[in-house]
Amino acid sequence: MAQYQNIFTQVQLTATPEMGIPTADSGRSRTTRATFNHWLGLIGQAQIGPVYLGWCGVLSLVLGLLAFEIIGFNMLASVGWDPVQFVRQLFWLSLEPPGPEYGFSPFVPLAEGGWFILAGACFSLSVILWWVRTYRRASALGMGKHVSWAFASAIFLMLVLGFIRPMLMGSWAEAVPYGVFPHLDWTAAFSIRYGNLFYNPFHALSIVFLYGSTLLFAMHGATILAVGRYGGEREIEQITDRGTASERAALFWRWTMGWNATMESVHRWAWWFAVLTTLTGGIGILLTGTVVDNWYLWAQEHGYAPAYPDTGVVDPAAAPVGE
Amino acid sequence: MGKIKLHHIALLAAPLALTACELAPKTTEQDGFRGTGMNAVYVTDSRVPGDVPPPPYELVVAEDGPLASEVYENVQVLGNLSADEFNYLMAAITEWVAPEQGCNYCHNPANMASDELYTKGVARSMLLMTQDVNQNWQSHVAQTGVTCWTCHRGNNIPQEVWTLPEPENAGSIANNRRGQNTPIAANGYSSLPYGAVARYLLDGSSAEGIRVASTGMHPGDNATTTMETEATYSLMMHMSQSLGVNCTFCHNTQAFSSWSNSTPQRTTAWHGIRMAGNINETYITPLTDVFPANRLGPMGDPYKVNCTTCHQGLNLPMGGARMVADYPGLQRLLISNDASDAVEVEAVPATEMTDTN
Repeated sequence: MAQYQNIFTQVQLTATPEMGIPTADSGRSRTTRATFNHWLGLIGQAQIGPVYLGWCGVLSLVLGLLAFEIIGFNMLASVGWDPVQFVRQLFWLSLEPPGPEYGFSPFVPLAEGGWFILAGACFSLSVILWWVRTYRRASALGMGKHVSWAFASAIFLMLVLGFIRPMLMGSWAEAVPYGVFPHLDWTAAFSIRYGNLFYNPFHALSIVFLYGSTLLFAMHGATILAVGRYGGEREIEQITDRGTASERAALFWRWTMGWNATMESVHRWAWWFAVLTTLTGGIGILLTGTVVDNWYLWAQEHGYAPAYPDTGVVDPAAAPVGE
Repeated sequence: MGKIKLHHIALLAAPLALTACELAPKTTEQDGFRGTGMNAVYVTDSRVPGDVPPPPYELVVAEDGPLASEVYENVQVLGNLSADEFNYLMAAITEWVAPEQGCNYCHNPANMASDELYTKGVARSMLLMTQDVNQNWQSHVAQTGVTCWTCHRGNNIPQEVWTLPEPENAGSIANNRRGQNTPIAANGYSSLPYGAVARYLLDGSSAEGIRVASTGMHPGDNATTTMETEATYSLMMHMSQSLGVNCTFCHNTQAFSSWSNSTPQRTTAWHGIRMAGNINETYITPLTDVFPANRLGPMGDPYKVNCTTCHQGLNLPMGGARMVADYPGLQRLLISNDASDAVEVEAVPATEMTDTN
């Protein structure tokens, strides 16, 4: 007997594929075939396709692949084209931005960071074209543009880190390298250079929204799963035609914390938390080095960082060396 | 029931598989203001003073005994020691630096006064260095001081040394890591720049530029980039690994740059950075022409010191054992600065020696 479970969808429909509604431009760029996959059906929709690529999609994929290849081949070259060392040291390898001697010049020898600029340009264009695609597909389907604007918030942070802030600072040496450990080193070095990023209030806001996003996602996901046996997964219907699933979910939160979001508003909560994570984060990065050069001192000035008792240690640079 | 039990065992075992099990008893010490994370957790047994070699014999100095310079020829650095203490110190140095080769590592047994072996010239320079450190760098070594053993530990060449890194394949992306992204000992197996020690500890003035944070709230004349900051970060990781401590041993991580939030150890470390650079500049780099090719690094420079050379994983080398107390001849410079400039460190052929002696 089929048993309804929430983690994996055990009941799968196999029928004529749903090919989607006709739209004004559907004939040109939409693939005409679709297939089913049982394993994907366990964790989501079993139907694969049709895909709409269009010029934006194709160009985006090409540019994204170019960026990926530039980064990968630079890493491979850095270990002397040795595939074994490439795999072994992959997490240490990186495509580094130009050094401080080049400022923000677009003309940098390829081996000195020119490849970094090219990879960044391809990567940025690829992501921007993909954004255009999400906007236009939403438009074609008569949807709101919520996904596009949320994605735009993430792109904003990415552009701030790799392009806008280096431009404002006049140095590529401020940009984040393309590498696993190297980009983490950048993060730590950035905080050390600019006097502890934890005292950057926008960084703090970004963390709040990031952690808040995970909390909201967990709360909402858990709530809907918990009322799944009452049809709670039909959230949109429950907004306008509040059934027992919605009632129980709301009651649960009122009982446990005195107040509840609604089936509709919880999605606004989650959307804004997610969007504000990268938006506030990007603002924080943008202000660092341009407006504030030492966040610890800034936070001291504004009564925002605690002042611990003076340890009595003084800077020995004032005293003669070795005495 | 059996199925449930299996699940439970698997769930309990999963976290264990992810932990790095260190079962030895540990000690936790708070070394800063509460709530700042300034504490050290270490394996209790790791902080006991290490075994250090005892003196070769009990030093007895005969009253009115002759000076080394009166008994032996060509004693340039230790000539003002009594002959008794000179012999005692020579015996100790042999055990510290050349326990297998013995006296002949530096001396020609047929003519102990001869300077024909380059190792003797190096030893002279190193003796001056040891005396200089004990006399003039108490800001770092305090009263504990150093002996040859502090670095050598029974090896001809101390095991923890460094030489200048080879330049990379500039102008090409092949074999070019841009001075970083290479997991080697010099950067603590991180992807940080590996030339930090060479940059900051090469000579007495190379410590300039370690400081990266601005002293003002708003942008001023500090042009240090995030990329350049990684070199300082790398040096700090070198120090951290060398001493077996974390950042909070010296810093309150609220503000790495703030001295009034730092521990007194940061001052000691500050002097240590300058001491290492000074040693390399004054005593080691000048020996470049003295060393044979097999005692030089790929860039033709001699093996130099960094924090690990002495510390070797302990914030107090050898657990703080004060070896130098047994060797008065190493505690201070015995000859003037002018005289030390004239000390011969270059190997001189034995035939000429007979004339100068």
